[in-house]
Amino acid sequence: MSGLNINAITKKFGSFAAVDNVQLNVPHGTFVCLLGPSGCGKTTLLRMIAGLEEPTSGAIVLDGEDITPLPTHKRNLGMVFQSLALFPHLSVGDNIAYALRIRGASQGDQKKRVDELLSLIHLPGFADRPVAKLSGGQRQRVAIARALALSPKLFLLDEPLSALDAKLREAMQVELRQLQQRLGITTIVVTHDQREAMTMADLVVVMGHGKILQAAPPIEIYRKPADAFVADFIGITNLLPAEIDGAGRTTILGTAIPGLAMPAGQTKASVSIRPEDVHLGAPGGSAITGEVSFVRDLGGTIETFVEVRGTSIIAVTTPRERHDVPVGAKVGVTLPPESCVVLGS
Amino acid sequence: MRREAPKSVADYTPLFFPALMLIVFFVVPFSTMIAVSFFKRNPAGFYTPDFVFDNYARFLSVFFGGVLGFSLMLAVLVAVCCVAIAFPFTYLLTRRPRRVQTLWLVGLLSVLSLSEVIIGFAWSTLFSRTAGITNLFVAIGLMDKPVALLPTFGAVLTGMVYQALPYTILVLYPALVRLDPTLLEAARTLGASPVRAFFNVVAPALRNTIVATLIMVFVFALGSYLLPQILGRPQHWTLSVLITDQAIYQSNMPFAAAMAVFLVLISLALVGMTLLVGRKENAL
Repeated sequence: MSGLNINAITKKFGSFAAVDNVQLNVPHGTFVCLLGPSGCGKTTLLRMIAGLEEPTSGAIVLDGEDITPLPTHKRNLGMVFQSLALFPHLSVGDNIAYALRIRGASQGDQKKRVDELLSLIHLPGFADRPVAKLSGGQRQRVAIARALALSPKLFLLDEPLSALDAKLREAMQVELRQLQQRLGITTIVVTHDQREAMTMADLVVVMGHGKILQAAPPIEIYRKPADAFVADFIGITNLLPAEIDGAGRTTILGTAIPGLAMPAGQTKASVSIRPEDVHLGAPGGSAITGEVSFVRDLGGTIETFVEVRGTSIIAVTTPRERHDVPVGAKVGVTLPPESCVVLGS
Repeated sequence: MRREAPKSVADYTPLFFPALMLIVFFVVPFSTMIAVSFFKRNPAGFYTPDFVFDNYARFLSVFFGGVLGFSLMLAVLVAVCCVAIAFPFTYLLTRRPRRVQTLWLVGLLSVLSLSEVIIGFAWSTLFSRTAGITNLFVAIGLMDKPVALLPTFGAVLTGMVYQALPYTILVLYPALVRLDPTLLEAARTLGASPVRAFFNVVAPALRNTIVATLIMVFVFALGSYLLPQILGRPQHWTLSVLITDQAIYQSNMPFAAAMAVFLVLISLALVGMTLLVGRKENAL
């Protein structure tokens, strides 16, 4: 089978399982983001794919070949490190040509490929510059070009953009995604930034405590999170308690939500609803009544915090649908049942 | 951090103490030595103030030229051996857990507490026929009968490398510990075997450190005068041995001073040349 298959991989440091029985299939040409808080095992998983860390058990299969016993330098992959790890004693061109030099490519071939890659990363004519003279974004691109020099089967990046400032980071995310699509290379990026994952990935893999919590396309992760951890980690969400009252209706914070079904046999559950799905209106009727506790007007969006029975519900609206509710005002909160995701316990 | 240029005399006060030390313990004795090197030897007494070039002229002979050449060659060899052994060793040491590193470093520091005399006599015992390591080789069947491994050039070299090795490791250690381990990993992901990555990434990235260490060990080895006498034959004696001999046993201070000045000048020239070559290569 073409692509990358991670087969029941486990990595133990002493008795602590950094990666615990992870199973993942990555079809050829897919852009995968490994997403999770620090210490969730995402970097360890990436390093095992690269061969820099030996798995305790399990196998890594690339295009039908078991690469688990291969040392790093025989795996045909490109990797970008968090520190970038550009060789300080070499020029930009020599950094990019390093892999070609190891393979014994001729000077002419090296130069041709370096020029090709430099135009790919929009830095033509930079070959003779010393690495120390580059800006952060330029160093980033050189590290990417160096990793792609041999057209590897697998492109791995460990928090590649974390050293850049916010604006440059967003621009590089778009650029990296476009580059990956043009080359059609199977790519795995480790990140703790959910925006980065949403921007770039075909497949987002959310990890926690060494396990995969959910692996799905970004919008599915956002719309249908598997559990409270994923819902909370991806974007902002309202996690509200739902229960079945005496009359058999599903209620949230004491107000019945018609049309919201609970899992069979459960009387209590957690419900996730995204702030942009929460509607604000006049109090009364079928709406949940609450009091506005804070309004954060960010210009492009307005976040309204509504206090209901000690629980805060966040609603995000655009200036177009401005409500002009002052702090302290009573409002009605409507939760459309089709936007509510009932989470497993 | 931005550094302000000193504005008043008061801003220079932190420099007074080191400057005083440098003057009292370096500038004054060294100037005295230079002065003495131009004095005339008085066979009856010590020396008489004069301004003659006799001492330098006497030095410019085949014999002393040979000794100088041998001293420089030995010091260079010791420096190269020390760095060749210490660099891979220190690199591997920095990849071990912290506790292991501490144990090794404490061990190496304890070697530093041995004086040159003790090191010399310890090695002369180890290399002797009666109690040396060749007896061990005989016991395990590698040799037929024990032999004396000294006085030889190999024994001098071994003793001096042994003496300088802890310094070499301690000088290399901070630079290697700070080296980004992902540099080596990056080279490996680009298709270099670990050994190859070590030679074309780790070693060049630390070029300046290696050059500085070579110079340090070279200068250190140049001053050694006991080990060549204990472990070598007279033809293995360095200029430092002859200087000691002239100064203490022949009471010829002016000649000893002239040799010392010459040795300092030659080693300064060598160090300067090394730095110059290093800079030129860096610019390419």
